[in-house]
Amino acid sequence: MSGATRKGVVLHLGVVALLAGLQFVLPAYHHGNLARVMVLASFALGYNVMFGYTGLLSLGHAMFFAAGLYGMGLAMRHLGLPALPALALGVLCGAALAALVGLLALRTAGVAFMIVTLMFAQTGYLTILYFGAFTRGDEGFVIPRAARRIGALDLSEPTTRYFAALLLLGLCLFATLALVRSSTGRVLIAIRENEDRARMLGYDVFRYKLLAMVISGAMAGAAGAAYGLLFGYVGATFASVQYSIFPLLWVLLGGAGTVLGPLVGTLFMFYLIDLSSGFTSAYMLIAGVALVLLTLFAPRGLMGLVRARLVPWLP
Amino acid sequence: MDFGPYLLLASMEGAVQAAVLALMALGLSLVFGVMRVVNIAHGEFFMLGAVLAWWFTSLVGGHPAFGFALALIGAPLIVGLVAVAADLLVLKRLDYDPERTIVATIGLLYIIQQLALEFYGPDARPVAAPFSWRIDLPWFGYSGYKLFVIAAAVVIMLGVWALLTRTRIGLVMRATQFDSETAQAFGIPVGRVYTMVFGLGAMLAALAAVLIVPIQQAHYLMGGDPLLLSFIVVIIGGLGSLRGTVVAAVLIGMSDGIISVFFSPTLAKILATLLVALVLVYRPTGLFGTRTA
Amino acid sequence: MARKTTQIQTPAARARSRRSVLKGLAATGGALAGAQALPGLVPYIQAQSSAPIKIGFQVHRTGIGAAYGRWYDRTTTAAARVINEAGGINGRPIEIITEDDGTDPKRGAEVVEKFATLHGCDIAFGTLFSHVVIGSSPRAGELKIPYFVVSEGHHVASGMLNRYTLQPGITDVKSQVQAMAPFVHDNLGRKVTMIFPDFAFGHDHRDYFSAALEKLGGEVVAKIAIPPTESSFTRYFPKIPRDTEVIYHVMVGPAVLTFVKELGEFFGSSRPELFGFIDSLEAVDIATPGLEFLEGSYFWEGNPRYAGANPSEHDSFYRAQVGVDADGASLDDPKDVSTYAHMWGCWETLHVVKAGMEAAGYQGIGDRAALIEAVEAMTDLPHGRAHPQGAKLFNGKTHQVFGHQYISKVGGGRMTLAHTTSIEDTFYPDEVDYTTQPF
Repeated sequence: MSGATRKGVVLHLGVVALLAGLQFVLPAYHHGNLARVMVLASFALGYNVMFGYTGLLSLGHAMFFAAGLYGMGLAMRHLGLPALPALALGVLCGAALAALVGLLALRTAGVAFMIVTLMFAQTGYLTILYFGAFTRGDEGFVIPRAARRIGALDLSEPTTRYFAALLLLGLCLFATLALVRSSTGRVLIAIRENEDRARMLGYDVFRYKLLAMVISGAMAGAAGAAYGLLFGYVGATFASVQYSIFPLLWVLLGGAGTVLGPLVGTLFMFYLIDLSSGFTSAYMLIAGVALVLLTLFAPRGLMGLVRARLVPWLP
Repeated sequence: MDFGPYLLLASMEGAVQAAVLALMALGLSLVFGVMRVVNIAHGEFFMLGAVLAWWFTSLVGGHPAFGFALALIGAPLIVGLVAVAADLLVLKRLDYDPERTIVATIGLLYIIQQLALEFYGPDARPVAAPFSWRIDLPWFGYSGYKLFVIAAAVVIMLGVWALLTRTRIGLVMRATQFDSETAQAFGIPVGRVYTMVFGLGAMLAALAAVLIVPIQQAHYLMGGDPLLLSFIVVIIGGLGSLRGTVVAAVLIGMSDGIISVFFSPTLAKILATLLVALVLVYRPTGLFGTRTA
Repeated sequence: MARKTTQIQTPAARARSRRSVLKGLAATGGALAGAQALPGLVPYIQAQSSAPIKIGFQVHRTGIGAAYGRWYDRTTTAAARVINEAGGINGRPIEIITEDDGTDPKRGAEVVEKFATLHGCDIAFGTLFSHVVIGSSPRAGELKIPYFVVSEGHHVASGMLNRYTLQPGITDVKSQVQAMAPFVHDNLGRKVTMIFPDFAFGHDHRDYFSAALEKLGGEVVAKIAIPPTESSFTRYFPKIPRDTEVIYHVMVGPAVLTFVKELGEFFGSSRPELFGFIDSLEAVDIATPGLEFLEGSYFWEGNPRYAGANPSEHDSFYRAQVGVDADGASLDDPKDVSTYAHMWGCWETLHVVKAGMEAAGYQGIGDRAALIEAVEAMTDLPHGRAHPQGAKLFNGKTHQVFGHQYISKVGGGRMTLAHTTSIEDTFYPDEVDYTTQPF
């Protein structure tokens, strides 16, 4: 293990330990918020694998989140599957959809890739509405509290929910860390930096991109399935364009291509809206201004700023 | 209704949609093609145009045509100025970096949308059409104004085409689009060209909105769907090809209308969306594109 | 005079009141967290019996529901003022703490959490759109905060939600829709084409209305589902069969004016009978140019927008307090038309909360279960100032209220009440018994 790698592992262990410690001191409201943010940050971490490290800008990531959400939710609602297998199924749905979409969409690049993913996501959203008899369309449905259990663990109980969210986040965090430190990860970054050169060096670029997409889809699917299980609701809003824009925003704000960036970006955006809505109804105006200012003064995102100014070895 | 007239109706509806879409997408395509900027706020320029059209028409009494004429001039001008300001204050300072401009234009989207909600309100408000002829066909009635929209869009597009091909400004724009570094080397003020293009793109969106607002209503969330559609049109048409943009707008507008004849509406939307995605998958440069982004 | 008393709180004042809430947040939040951990602290909170009862108001300030939210806000403010002027609840004033849910189910759930764990609200209340209710309700159940919704969705009575979620102030779509069938069948025609948005709300209309109509011997000859992203409708009209006698339309969202105008252009003067849900034209002036086509057509109204020749004194009182004139528009601006068919639900819900808290001897959050039991025990809610829309019957098992439905006819750019259904017309068999669920 090189020095930088060891420092990276220690840093992320520290972050996870800090989050675990916070559980005991946070007031109830922020405790609940942080659980939610950790699930959404896992979604953003998935996005970061594709966008931050491989350079694939997708505008359709909501479909993978929704695949996990609905894969889990529909299996529980219609097949009576228990929570744990349903969760696994959700992850699988996210990964499988990413593989399918990847096989087609990766034939394109750049803006065409953005649009193709956007359109596939739109298809997914409309499909959920079209099969309203099973999905209850835009209204969505509730996962009954009694079913939201894994063994003796009641996922609707605040502490359990918090640690479940932390577990998910920790898994995604260390998976990302392991990936970017591996030879595969270095190829992905090489593709981001210069795809033609990577190809000339003999790498099968398509396969590496597809792999990144499947990992990303699995993380998004896991986040979606976990979100439904922990908060008890499955709905089509989560498949809409808005939820494809969010992870992009979170990642860019936090710092694309940094492991901690997605968490920081998600947390920042959540509290930006939550706090500003406390004193004005025009809180989206404040969010908009903050976004513009951030792009002007922190061009590589918050963690990018930290990496440039303070911690050059930040993974 | 018999099949023939039904198809005719669907085609006419498709043509109206195509006309408006073409105008809006043309604006996006210019910005995209010349500046390489993905402008997520383009739909909000459209919305702003519609809201301003309501405001202008509510200022003027008398025949609705006066208010409409005023809106047709005033709304695009104001929207163009807003866009120019956004370019000078934000985009230029970002050096038009592709990723940062995405976040910045998402920020602009939030700002414009929230300001519209604060000052215009959450209601959908109608704008009276400049005239209200109803054309009685043997099978169904049709709005005369809708046919006017098609004609007006064609005239505006011809105007843009003339601007780009017959004037010095157009030449400068095309040179910048072709190769901005060389253009700079030849003394073309690329910065000013960018500002102008961004303003012109926003004005086209606003024009499209003024034309459509007597058919639809002005509402502060109306920008989202047209934005998605114009993105699709621009990419399908082929990046940087204005001709492609127009052809794609016609194709997508018409097919959206005609597919709805044969399938249940939501299924039709699903199929049309998939179809467009697959066209791109198998022809990533679009119909008329020569290169990828 | 009346104008003065009905003034709406300004946004600045609202923001101020929220700031003061935020200031006290550390103390309250700490006290609450402590109170849950240490039962000994509960009496301390209950002892502050002159402190306001905090009602968390979840409202659509932004997003697609904003036009409704504005009027829900005004009605709620008026109801709270009226209740406070009459001495509050159990001698304590009520304080409305407003949070915007952005018409989004995720934010909605977050807002309910904020009420329960940050603001220390006694109850949560208010929101309209069904997906926000369904997204928020699980969290309300887990946090054990009574959640009074004003949504008219069938979600509460369908049994999908939980014991902490109640809808005592507005009727649900299933009862509304089925109560329309006899009128349509007897007065307008037996062959009906339905046009509705292709999502859950539209599907409820499709399913419940066609079932009710077929029971009467009528027939739904076509069901035309419009995709939710649509902004133009003409291309769908040829799907209306020629033998259609009645078009039943229910559209929502900003495109509804287009819908009516295009229907007018398509049919001209020879149209079938039209029956619609006013949801399409809430907050829209019926005299808007382009809506002439609706002359002679009928609308369901949750509460008649036009006061008519002899309104009840309760309706007049309610109008004056909310600040709405006899035509359903704002007293300050006749162009600002209210969402009159829905917003009364906020007024009546707050009055049910008042009655429930008084019956339960509500002192503080320890009495939340008693409050729910008190509301579940309610049955007859008589027509009066607390229930200006009309008499109601509350079903404690399904947590859903039932009431009269109104049908109005459009004429001369306004609407006139044409028919009032009985409460019995709106009944259907119970689908759930929430009272068997533990708290």
